Amino acid sequence: MSVASEPRTEWELAPPWSTRLKGMFGSTVKAAKRDVVLAVSITILLIGLFLAFFGPTLARTDYERTDPINRMQAPNTNHWFGTDNWGRDVFDRTIVGTRLSFLVGFSVTLISTVIGVGVALVISYFKILDAIMMRFVDGLLAFPTILLALALISLIGPSVGNVIIALSLTATAGKIRLVRGAVLSLRESTYVDAARAVGVPVPRILFLHVLPNIVSIIIVQATFTLASAILAEASLSFLGAGVPEYVPSWGNIIATGQGYIQVGFHISFFPGLFLTITVLAVVLIGDSVRDHLDPKLRGRLKTTAQQ
Amino acid sequence: MTEALLKVKNLHTEFRTEGGIVKAVDDVSFEVNAGEIFALVGESGCGKSVTALSIMGLIPNPPGEITSGSIEFDGVDLLSLPSREMRAIRGSRIGMIFQEPMSSLNPVLTIESQLAEPLKIHENLSGNVANDRAKELIDMVGIPDSATRMKQYPHELSGGQRQRIMIAMAMACSPQLLIADEATTALDVTIQAQILDLMQDVTSQTGASLLIITHNLGIVARYADRVGVMYAGKLREVSDASDLYAEPHHPYTVGLLQSVPRLDADKGSPLSPIAGEIPDLTDLPEGCAFNPRCEWAVDKCRIEQPTLEETKPGKQVACFEHETVALRV
Repeated sequence: MSVASEPRTEWELAPPWSTRLKGMFGSTVKAAKRDVVLAVSITILLIGLFLAFFGPTLARTDYERTDPINRMQAPNTNHWFGTDNWGRDVFDRTIVGTRLSFLVGFSVTLISTVIGVGVALVISYFKILDAIMMRFVDGLLAFPTILLALALISLIGPSVGNVIIALSLTATAGKIRLVRGAVLSLRESTYVDAARAVGVPVPRILFLHVLPNIVSIIIVQATFTLASAILAEASLSFLGAGVPEYVPSWGNIIATGQGYIQVGFHISFFPGLFLTITVLAVVLIGDSVRDHLDPKLRGRLKTTAQQ
Repeated sequence: MTEALLKVKNLHTEFRTEGGIVKAVDDVSFEVNAGEIFALVGESGCGKSVTALSIMGLIPNPPGEITSGSIEFDGVDLLSLPSREMRAIRGSRIGMIFQEPMSSLNPVLTIESQLAEPLKIHENLSGNVANDRAKELIDMVGIPDSATRMKQYPHELSGGQRQRIMIAMAMACSPQLLIADEATTALDVTIQAQILDLMQDVTSQTGASLLIITHNLGIVARYADRVGVMYAGKLREVSDASDLYAEPHHPYTVGLLQSVPRLDADKGSPLSPIAGEIPDLTDLPEGCAFNPRCEWAVDKCRIEQPTLEETKPGKQVACFEHETVALRV
């Protein structure tokens, strides 16, 4: 133990970025140690990310080449998840499909978060713009996500980029509504008034004073967007309105297996399992993150658990 | 007499509410001289905070609006300034401290970044220079161990310390006027005195004027040079502070003074509160708004509104019966 009155050095007071990153990593590990569900979920997500990056390299067969002699094989040591109606290896196609699911999921999350938060911050300070934008958002949210995306895809054509655009549109509308509500309540707070009384310009108030206060909401919402975007992409592909049929995607593989569900359920089952587990993991991470970022809620959960 | 630093003339600030238009500030005129401590007193809802926000240009519009009048600060009419120039004045030449020290600091930013902000904005100081100045400011307001405090977040400080930080922030650019809007109301009594002493100290060091907004007559007696008493949106009496206690000329002031316990009063003598209630601001009584609660009210008070008149040097009263009131004791 050092002497308590010893003055702290500047270095201790302002840790460099590497230390802070280590701290963040450390606190995540700590949280995961206490929370088994979080630990499992993070592991699943990391495996998913690994497959997304290296899926095509790991594939042992040419996942696009048909092999009619070996068609409709049940899972065996050669084809772990069996083969489909063209004789393509379901395992290879499923792990290759991970890349597309994650690409669409993360792209939609990133695009909708950046645009949604930006637009929400700006319109919250301009009443007329706010009124117009919110009616537009209401209009967008009135349509079911899948229906709107279907309509858009049929308009602009099916491709990975267009799927991302279509899904980002509704996700962004949701983000705008959520963040705007939080910003509107925050701008009435005394510290925003106090910042204005010091002469802080509006953009600086928005990005330096208000934004850091809503980061936790944004992060939690982002995890749910990620989950629903992965799910929506699979749905679109399943309906044949997503990525083209020859591209391996979970939705496409499930759709292929649909016609053979009675003779070879394995074609639809394995990509479906991957989809379910991934979405579940992401949602559980979101739940966990929310509990950790919202100390009030954590306290409440504890008291209800005690009762 | 020196030229007044702040001249508020016939200020009208209104709020449109569902119940009708509320004249929160109704024809208020007063002056704050350079270097003096001016206090605005009155009960909740009398318009004293709205007056302060009007001066700062922080009235939320809608629903609020300054409908007429002028606010002259150091020879410039603040109400005619474009928002950009008004922003340059806020924080650099007029500082303001708010009522709730618990919520007037941003919970997610460090003390350092919040203290350095006015310096970066108004004096274009670079990060390190501003941070060094912020440290000096923390020392100035009497918080020990400034190096540690700089890196802390608001929740790690006590209420009194947070209010000290707010004072440091408001005084960062050495403003000519410091407005303290109920700055000590949320603090306990011993801390109140410390904070007020501190505000008095820092303003007297820089020669800044201090506009104290309070409902606490004890604070007024101890610190203010001059006082304005507000009731229902109007100034009722403006007076030198010592004179206000010795010779209150407005019935409302008399009532206020009588409703405060005094050490020199006869033992066992009851406190006499002002009878009646504050009128609804959307539905003020005819004539003088105080007439239903006033024991001196005559017929004229129920028809006509009295205006502020000088009754003797340094004293203005808005009451038809002020001579009778003054003679009461």
